[in-house]
Amino acid sequence: MNFFAEALQWLVDPANYVGLNAIPLRLAQHLGFTVVTLVIASAIAIPLGFLIGHTGRGRSVAVASAGAFRAIPTLGLLTLVALSIGIGLNAPYIALTVLAVPPILAGAYTGFEAIDRRTIDAARAVGMSEVQIVRQVEVPLGLPLLIGGLRSAALQVVATATLAAYVADFGLGRYLFAGLKTRDYAEMLGGSILVILMALALEGLFALTQRFVVPRGVLAGRPTDIRTRSSRPRPVMESAIEEGQKNVHSK
Amino acid sequence: MFTANRGRLALIGAVAVGAVVALAGCASGDPLGSGSSSSAESSTLVVGSQDYYSNEIIAEIYAQALEADGFTVDRQFRIGQREVYLPDITSGKIDVFPEYTGDLLQVLDDTATSGTPDAVYSALTKALPSGLQALDRADASDQNTWTVTKAFADKYNLTDIASLKNVTEPITVGGNSELETRPYGPTALSDKYGIVTAGFKPVEDGGGPLTVKALEDGDIQLANIYTASPAFDSGNLVALEDPDGLFFPSNVVPIVSAKVDDKAAAVLNKVNAALTADTLVALNAQSVNDQLAADKIATEWLKKENLI
Repeated sequence: MNFFAEALQWLVDPANYVGLNAIPLRLAQHLGFTVVTLVIASAIAIPLGFLIGHTGRGRSVAVASAGAFRAIPTLGLLTLVALSIGIGLNAPYIALTVLAVPPILAGAYTGFEAIDRRTIDAARAVGMSEVQIVRQVEVPLGLPLLIGGLRSAALQVVATATLAAYVADFGLGRYLFAGLKTRDYAEMLGGSILVILMALALEGLFALTQRFVVPRGVLAGRPTDIRTRSSRPRPVMESAIEEGQKNVHSK
Repeated sequence: MFTANRGRLALIGAVAVGAVVALAGCASGDPLGSGSSSSAESSTLVVGSQDYYSNEIIAEIYAQALEADGFTVDRQFRIGQREVYLPDITSGKIDVFPEYTGDLLQVLDDTATSGTPDAVYSALTKALPSGLQALDRADASDQNTWTVTKAFADKYNLTDIASLKNVTEPITVGGNSELETRPYGPTALSDKYGIVTAGFKPVEDGGGPLTVKALEDGDIQLANIYTASPAFDSGNLVALEDPDGLFFPSNVVPIVSAKVDDKAAAVLNKVNAALTADTLVALNAQSVNDQLAADKIATEWLKKENLI
C-alpha cells in the first residue's frame, strides 16, 4: 500500500513534468511508438489477411506461421535484431511488428471467413466483380473481427513497447528500467501505472470502434432476433415424449 | 477404453522418462539432497558461488584445487545474488565463497570510500564479521570501467580516464539506466575531470554484446563494461585506467569460514596468485564464446598452470 502511495506521489510530482524525462513526453513517445508499430504491422497483415480470407488459399500456412511468430520471445528477438543493425529505435520497431502481425492477420482473414457464404454467392450472382465483392461485401462484414484483431495487437504492443527503452532513450519503459536498477520502486510502479492506463484507454477506444463498425444491416438482424426468441411465450414444439404421445393418439 | 488406457500408459511413460532425465541432470550438476547432511561432517568444505557464470568458474577452480589436495568438497553453486547468500556465509553454512573486494566492502560498510586495490582489500578485512576471513586477493578483478574502442583510444591517445580531455568530438555515454545517476557516472566525469559528455544512451544489457556493438558502431563512444567481460578478449576495447579510484577496485578474493585450515588456505592462496586479470577474461571467453561448462574450463586451466 505504501508503494502505491509513493507511486501516486511520483505521478503528481511537478519535477517529473519538466525536462527530457518528463511524463507527458514519455507518454507521447510511447503512444507514438505504439501507433507507428500498429500502422506498419497493419500494412503487412491486412492485405495479406484479406487475400487469404478472400481466396481461402494459404490458410493453413498462415495459421501455422502466425502461431509460430506469436511464440517468439520479443526481448530475445529485439536483442538479435539490435545486434545486427545496432541500437536505436529500428530494432524495437521490427521486434514489435513481429509481435503485432499475427493477431491482425488472424482478425483480417477470420473476418472474411465468418461471412455466410450465401451472402457472397448472392453478391456474385447479382453481377459484382471480385473487387466489388471484397470492397462492398467482405470488408464491411469482416470489419468487426479485424478491429478485434487490431485491438488485441494494440494491447500487446502498448504493454511490450516498454522494451524500446532497452536500446533507446524512448518511451515509458525508461521509468521501468531506471526504477528497477536504482531501486526507485515509486518511479517503476508509477511508470507501470501509466502503461496500464494507456492500455485501458486504447482498449476502450477499440471496443467503441468495434461497436460502431458493425454494418447497419447486421446490427438490425442480430440482437433483435435473439430477443424475440428468448421472450417467446411457449415452445412451438413440445418435448419429445409429448410429441410421441400425440402421434400415438392420432393413430 | 483400450486406446484411452494405452494413451495414459504412454503419458505415464513419457513423464517417467522425463523425470529420470531431469534427475540424472541434477545428479551430475548439483547434489542438493546430499548437501545438507554431509556438510555437517567436519572434513567437508562447502564451496558456494553466485548465480553468475564467471563466479561459478572461480568457485569450480577453488573446489577442484581443494579436491586435488585431498579435501572433500560440497558444491553449492548458483545460489543467487549477494542479498541471498550473504546470510549463509555469515552463519557458517558456506565455507568458501569467491567474492569481489570493492563490491563486498560496499555492502558491509556503506560509508566505505574507494582507493587503491590494496586499500580496499585491507578495509574489507576489517569490515568482515567475526568468524570470516578474506584470503589473499587475486590480480583478477570484476569491476566497472570506462571503456572505449581501441581505434578511439589510439586516435586521441587515451590511457586513463583523465586523458578523455584530449577528445575533441562529442562523447556519448552508453550503459544501463542507473549509470546516469551513479556516483562514478557522467556527473563525476565533469565534476572531477572537467570532461563534458554529449548525452546518454541507455543500453540495458549490463555492458554485454549490445553495448559492445554500440561502441563499435560509434553510436556511443564511452561505455561501462566490466573488467572481466569476455569482450576484452578480442583486443578491440580499451578499459581506461583509473588511478584515482573513481570506481571501487573489486578484485577476486575468497571469503572463508573458520573451518578452512592453514593447509586449505594455502591451496586457495596459491590458486588465487595465478589468477591474473587476463586469465579471468580468457576463462570467461571460454564460457561465453565456446559454451564450455565451468568444471571443464576449471580443470583445463588448473592443469595448464600445474596446480593439480
